[in-house]
Amino acid sequence: MKRVLSLFLCCFLILSIGCGKKKKDSNTITIWHWMTDRHKTFESLAQKYEEQTGIKVQIDLYAPSDVFTHKIIASAQARVLPDIYGILDKKKVFASFIENGFVADLTEEFKKNDSEWEKAIFPKALDVNRFKEGNIYNIRPGIYGEPLDVTNIQMLYNRKLLEKIGVKTPPVTFEDFINIAESLKRIGISSLVSGWGELWMIECFASNYAFNIMGEKKVMDTFKGEVPYTDPDWIKVFSIFKDLADRGILVEGVVTKPNKFAEQDFALERAAFAFNGSWCVNVYNDMNPDLEYGAMLPPSINPKLPMRIWGGAGSSFVVNQDSTNKDKAIAFLKWITNKEQQSYLAKETKNLPSNRQALSDIPKILSEFARVMDYTTYPSIWEYNEAALVSEKFNRGIQSIIIGEKTPQEVAEEVQAVKQKELEKAKRKRK
Amino acid sequence: MPAIRKNNLLAKAIDNSVNFSFVLPAIAIFSIFYIYPFYDIFNLSLHEWNGISSYREFVGLANFKELMVDKIWWKSIWHAGFITIIALTFQNMLAFSLALVCDRQIRLKKFYRTVFFIPPVLSEIVVGLIWQWILYAGTQSGEHIGLLNYVLVKSGLPHLVNNWLSNPKTALTCIALVHCWKGFGWGFIILLAGLQTIDSQLYEAARVDGAGSWKTFRHVTLPMMMPVILVVIILTVLGSMQVFILIISMVGQGLGYHTEVPVTRILSSMMGTGRYGYACAMGVSFGAILITISAAFKYLSNKTKQV
Amino acid sequence: MINKYTIKKFFISIITHIFLMTVAMSCLFPLFWMLRCALMTNETVFVDKSIIPSQMNFGNFITAWVEGGFGIYFLNSIIYTASVVFGIVIIASLAGYAFSRLRFPGKNLFFYMFIAALMIPLPGSFVPLVVLMNKLGWANTRYGYILCMINVGLSMSILLFKTFFDKMSPDLEDAARIDGCGRLGIWWHVALPLARPAIAVVVIFNSLNVWNEYILANLLLNDKSLMPLQRGLMVFQGSHSVDYPLLMSGLAIAVVPIVVVYLVMQKHIIKGLSSGITVG
Repeated sequence: MKRVLSLFLCCFLILSIGCGKKKKDSNTITIWHWMTDRHKTFESLAQKYEEQTGIKVQIDLYAPSDVFTHKIIASAQARVLPDIYGILDKKKVFASFIENGFVADLTEEFKKNDSEWEKAIFPKALDVNRFKEGNIYNIRPGIYGEPLDVTNIQMLYNRKLLEKIGVKTPPVTFEDFINIAESLKRIGISSLVSGWGELWMIECFASNYAFNIMGEKKVMDTFKGEVPYTDPDWIKVFSIFKDLADRGILVEGVVTKPNKFAEQDFALERAAFAFNGSWCVNVYNDMNPDLEYGAMLPPSINPKLPMRIWGGAGSSFVVNQDSTNKDKAIAFLKWITNKEQQSYLAKETKNLPSNRQALSDIPKILSEFARVMDYTTYPSIWEYNEAALVSEKFNRGIQSIIIGEKTPQEVAEEVQAVKQKELEKAKRKRK
Repeated sequence: MPAIRKNNLLAKAIDNSVNFSFVLPAIAIFSIFYIYPFYDIFNLSLHEWNGISSYREFVGLANFKELMVDKIWWKSIWHAGFITIIALTFQNMLAFSLALVCDRQIRLKKFYRTVFFIPPVLSEIVVGLIWQWILYAGTQSGEHIGLLNYVLVKSGLPHLVNNWLSNPKTALTCIALVHCWKGFGWGFIILLAGLQTIDSQLYEAARVDGAGSWKTFRHVTLPMMMPVILVVIILTVLGSMQVFILIISMVGQGLGYHTEVPVTRILSSMMGTGRYGYACAMGVSFGAILITISAAFKYLSNKTKQV
Repeated sequence: MINKYTIKKFFISIITHIFLMTVAMSCLFPLFWMLRCALMTNETVFVDKSIIPSQMNFGNFITAWVEGGFGIYFLNSIIYTASVVFGIVIIASLAGYAFSRLRFPGKNLFFYMFIAALMIPLPGSFVPLVVLMNKLGWANTRYGYILCMINVGLSMSILLFKTFFDKMSPDLEDAARIDGCGRLGIWWHVALPLARPAIAVVVIFNSLNVWNEYILANLLLNDKSLMPLQRGLMVFQGSHSVDYPLLMSGLAIAVVPIVVVYLVMQKHIIKGLSSGITVG
């Protein structure tokens, strides 16, 4: 027993002494990210960069994304953020990071040489990291982050399943969609699957239709508090979910499906339509390479207004304001977003590149996604954003509608009640 | 005389400090890791803070006042309480009966003792995946994909087919039962260890007195096991009240508010809505509730000991 | 009469075994399922419905080991687990013994303090913990993480040790005291050997806890060379796509050491320790 004890003590001492903190090296830049599927590609890029410039880039992965968010927030408090990192959160949180001096302003760099860097990037993607003149967060106008790739979220249809009922082209209007879904149901095929066990995906779908039904201005007016959620147009938005659920168009148990499980259902042809992001190309390819599918805009309800989908920067990097290697970090970001590296990233990881010139050689299905980038919008580029508490109530309310527990009217009233409280709170603060 | 007393006092003081040195390492580690975080949590619960800003707005007890009337918070506590009640009864009874059986000389004892500990060892990922599949509600070409629904249909009970995880009536019960299945191994192993420390002479004495197996259990095993049972109860309460990974891996953030438990509420207040102060107020009051429950069990077990 | 009695006994034993077998099967099933998935490929894992996969892909285990970079992570996890468990057994048994047998002022207060610490849910303390560790300069070090994990398991282990020490009869300790053993000697030579079932439970519990711990490791450690095994498993769970066969192979590899610990430790959960103790 005693021998075991001393052995352990020795091991412990040796190991603890042998691993003091490494000194900060001025020739190394550190990047923290959460993108497990891109880690290897990043590392090979880092190696290439070191060969070219002699600057070592250390890439650290912290996943899944909520662990990464914990890490970033806690490290910000301890003031130990790395040179380059990502902020995976709403614009309000991003603004708070900027406000408290954790994020460097990159505007100057983007504007250098006749805006060379800025022009290379998809404007929609850059907008996610841009704060405009007179923004509600009181952030000095400018660009604060560099998008790495582009995503958008739209609908996908399974060609084989649609052919079973003789449909060749995907539906454009909501009526068509309902008709197709009903005929699919008759031969025992469920229509729509989506990861609505994740709240943000519900918000995304609802917001698409809110824009289509009432237009951007009215949605923003709602966020400002000038239009209540009990407005008939909003009831119409809520009613879509009731309609989908009542007609049995949604896959059973859609509200408890995290997106990974929803993706499984579509890949294994258990549902004819999916509402999912452009990253799905990877996922479906892994699970079922023979899947024949296409991308489409969600079928529109109101022909007078355009359909809007969410899209923009898939993931962005920011530079730490306190970093001693700020220039080197920015140089690396410029390098990783130039055409060559972007093409490599797009090819290796099957994501849409953020550099427009790198769009040429991407898979066909991805280019279908890329085609509709003009229709995209994203909460981060809106003038106003809904308070997080209201969004939570909104999304969970829709879940209650889907499981048949509440009516659209009831949910609208509940959401409006929370909205009222938030508006009062904001008013009190202003005083 | 005073000198002797003084000596006595000194001796006692030395004695006490020697005894105290036994707990010193534990208290040292405890102080390093708990005093500052606890202070910070209490302090934050009196502030409004978004997790990032260097400015924390002091709001007094406003967070707690809001918490008192937060229906969803209380609902989430009830959900955890429901899971805990099922765990306390079903899981612990299963664990205790299995421990009692495996304490005896039965065949395959070693096999059982090993196998019963598999669920706690398994990763939540596997558990979530497996049960998602078992309780899956959808169909493909007319056949149920989910194992449970499939078996129900094949055994002529199609009226029992259910959307197990997305039906608010069954979701929480399903989660609670899976939680029990995942957790009974712990109770089993602790109770089994407890059974080993009962002096076998006590059993012999009981047999000599002519006590049957029920009487032996009632008058020897149960009283001797009371302290260990109490530990298992407290650990069950803690484990079940703080359950959340299992829930997320089974139903995501789904089902309206029907599967919300305190820890998911705390997390969604921190990460979802950026209200760290409110989340800390939740943590503090949740801790207070757990302490009360544990103290109540301790009090009850003291009472039963006296009777 | 005897016949009737044996028949009854026979039936009871049959029913008991059916019950035990049902529970055992439900426990074995996921393990089997995990291994089955580990042997398939990503294309067949959702499609192949046969119980035993037609193609056994044993190479998955090697791929998982290499792709996950398990070598260094595995070693780290072993270091962390061994150090934490060793630390906890010593510190918690000392404290548990004192709370059970020795007298000092504030004893109950301190004990309840430890128990109360169990009750505060962990997520709330992430931010202050990281700030604290950085201030102390313990962030991104092995001993920082080890001490932190010792702290995580300490309260529960103290509670367990105290309960088991309480249950032990003091006769042997009295005998040792008469033989001139000091308090420390009694703890080491008498109490600890007697508490072997409790030690076994504490070792199992904390090994599992440290082995599967992931969030604190991510928060406190930065260097890849310090990360534990769970970090390797993350490689197979992309932000969007999951490589199930490799993930299951990785999980299967990760589960082996814990099973070994359990098998070794559960042997100590046996009767009759109070007789025939060898001192020394």
